[in-house]
Amino acid sequence: MSEALLELGALRKHFPVRDMLGRSRGAVRAVDGVSLTVPRGSVLAIVGESGCGKSTLGRLALRLIEPDAGSIRFEGEDLRALSAAGLRARRREMQLIFQDPFASLDPRMTVEAAIAEPLRLHRIVPRGGERARVAELLERVGLRPESARRWPHEFSGGQRQRIAIARALASGPKLIIGDEPVSALDVSVQAQVVNLLGDLIRDLGLTFVLISHDLGVVRHIADRVAVMYLGQIVEEGPAAQVFAAPRHPYTRALLASVPGTGVKTLPIEGDVPSPITPPPGCRFHTRCPHAEAICREQVPLLEGFAHRAACHLQDRLPPAPALHEADAGGDRLRRLQAFFTPTGAPA
Amino acid sequence: MMLEVRDLAVTFATERGPLRAVDRVSFSVAAGKTLAVVGESGCGKSVTALAIMGLLPPAARVSGSIRLQEREMATLTPEEWRGRRGRELAMVFQEPMTSLNPAFTAGEQVAEVLRLHEGMGDAAAFKAAIALLDRVRIPEAARRARQYPHQLSGGMRQRVMIAMALACKPRLLIADEPTTALDVTVQAQILALLDELKRETGTAIVLITHDLGVVADHADDVVVMYAGRVAERAKAATLFARPEHPYTVGLLGAAPRIEGGAGRLASIEGTVPDLLKPPEGCRFAPRCPFRAADCARQPPLAEVAPGHASACWRAPLDQVLAA
Repeated sequence: MSEALLELGALRKHFPVRDMLGRSRGAVRAVDGVSLTVPRGSVLAIVGESGCGKSTLGRLALRLIEPDAGSIRFEGEDLRALSAAGLRARRREMQLIFQDPFASLDPRMTVEAAIAEPLRLHRIVPRGGERARVAELLERVGLRPESARRWPHEFSGGQRQRIAIARALASGPKLIIGDEPVSALDVSVQAQVVNLLGDLIRDLGLTFVLISHDLGVVRHIADRVAVMYLGQIVEEGPAAQVFAAPRHPYTRALLASVPGTGVKTLPIEGDVPSPITPPPGCRFHTRCPHAEAICREQVPLLEGFAHRAACHLQDRLPPAPALHEADAGGDRLRRLQAFFTPTGAPA
Repeated sequence: MMLEVRDLAVTFATERGPLRAVDRVSFSVAAGKTLAVVGESGCGKSVTALAIMGLLPPAARVSGSIRLQEREMATLTPEEWRGRRGRELAMVFQEPMTSLNPAFTAGEQVAEVLRLHEGMGDAAAFKAAIALLDRVRIPEAARRARQYPHQLSGGMRQRVMIAMALACKPRLLIADEPTTALDVTVQAQILALLDELKRETGTAIVLITHDLGVVADHADDVVVMYAGRVAERAKAATLFARPEHPYTVGLLGAAPRIEGGAGRLASIEGTVPDLLKPPEGCRFAPRCPFRAADCARQPPLAEVAPGHASACWRAPLDQVLAA
């Protein structure tokens, strides 16, 4: 494994909950002791359902919100020890792409102004060189250079997400965190942006953290996957292994719930418990079909090396149901789909 | 047939001119079956659903025929529609929070439907409401019936909506993206519930969705819509095994799958056309890798096999593979 670009150590963030009179009513344990390593040049996906803490974790990693405890190391440097100025300088190397391209672009800024802003902020190109760099970035994300003079509202959702990606690339980042970057897009447009992200990661040697609830997208572009449940990581490992041989019952339930995989076992019952009062012991025990006494009493630790899971029973669980190869269309469909192979022509 | 839609067209007057959101759409659904209407934003699938429910704004111009159990609905007055809704046809929407009244408890809202349509008294209606909440697998239904929507999870709210829709045992249930706002484990629960209720009651279901995975697991028949028109219509199993419209082929390849596989996703270049100035002829042609001169004329929705129709001059698509 190559050197770590980002290392998170025992990160914790609790958001206090107060009632109408301002009295403390406990805390939402959004992130509750998360340790993760992201090797340089790799794609790590953080998956989980709403409220599991994956978005909070992404913001903590960039110190956009301050953790209560734990460490964040970027290229070995402790980000929590940096001054405001030091952090600002580091920020050009770490960028965030949001889900909603409509909200993340300022409607009063032309595309050129939006993309040139980080160039100016970090004094990346010499005065007068901005226009050429913006044109280059637009081409890089599959847009025509003439787009620079237009306004965000003139573009479709997929094109706006390309603009947001160009802006994130402008400062020459080493790390990009994408928080559901393709979730708002229709599937045909989503495929274009997923292909683009894959190309950029490969060509620019980016390190990418993908925060997503879409397991298909995750399987498609991630090298490693971390599965979160109620503020904690329950399983983490190489994507191919986690999808083919999930060790944690929650990961299995997530995969079995994805429609269209032919898995007919009944998905888990019930809803995610409140993150204000998570269940004792294993937080998943209230919904787990395999739970035993130990699961209600003792907190399981993440065990394993390259593929880790936090489950007392992981060595005793029955084999995970196989995901059938969705190949109804067979060779005929593959040959037809070959005509849709993207050309990379500007959108 | 429980529901037969023939040549349904819906046009809205906009500031920039008439917008034909649905253009001569035809399909039918049998009792106890699920028909999926699948397509991306703006394809007209939700407008089709609202037209069947009689819930379009008065300014919408609707033509064509909508027959429920052999009786024509398209000519009904708004009052007549209201009488049919609930008893004969009901709808479940994507976002249960906006469809439920925040000021009334879950039980009161289900009971209201029963009072209105079944003429039940207050006590009897509330008791029947608890039974319905239990039926849609809400745990501790009697306690939950006394809670307000904000006290319920997203999945639970959607179950309340389904209970309301089922209150009068409708013959047809229209579910418009019923699980899009829900997490994947909860989505699986809700779709399993709809399947179970369909088996038990023989209700016909029209399932509006953008997710081909949902279609594969839960639909008997499927209509693929693109830019207001039907691109392809088939048995669900046939659609996945032998798609005959290029748009369907592209969609099937564009959705990344959890089994892994292929390096790049099939990508349909460009974007959906502006319905205020749609392209002449086949509306998919500008994005289609198989387009040719004849695509400037609109291809009819024609059968390529019994029960399997495609609106494409190239269908059956084996032609393009042989070429």
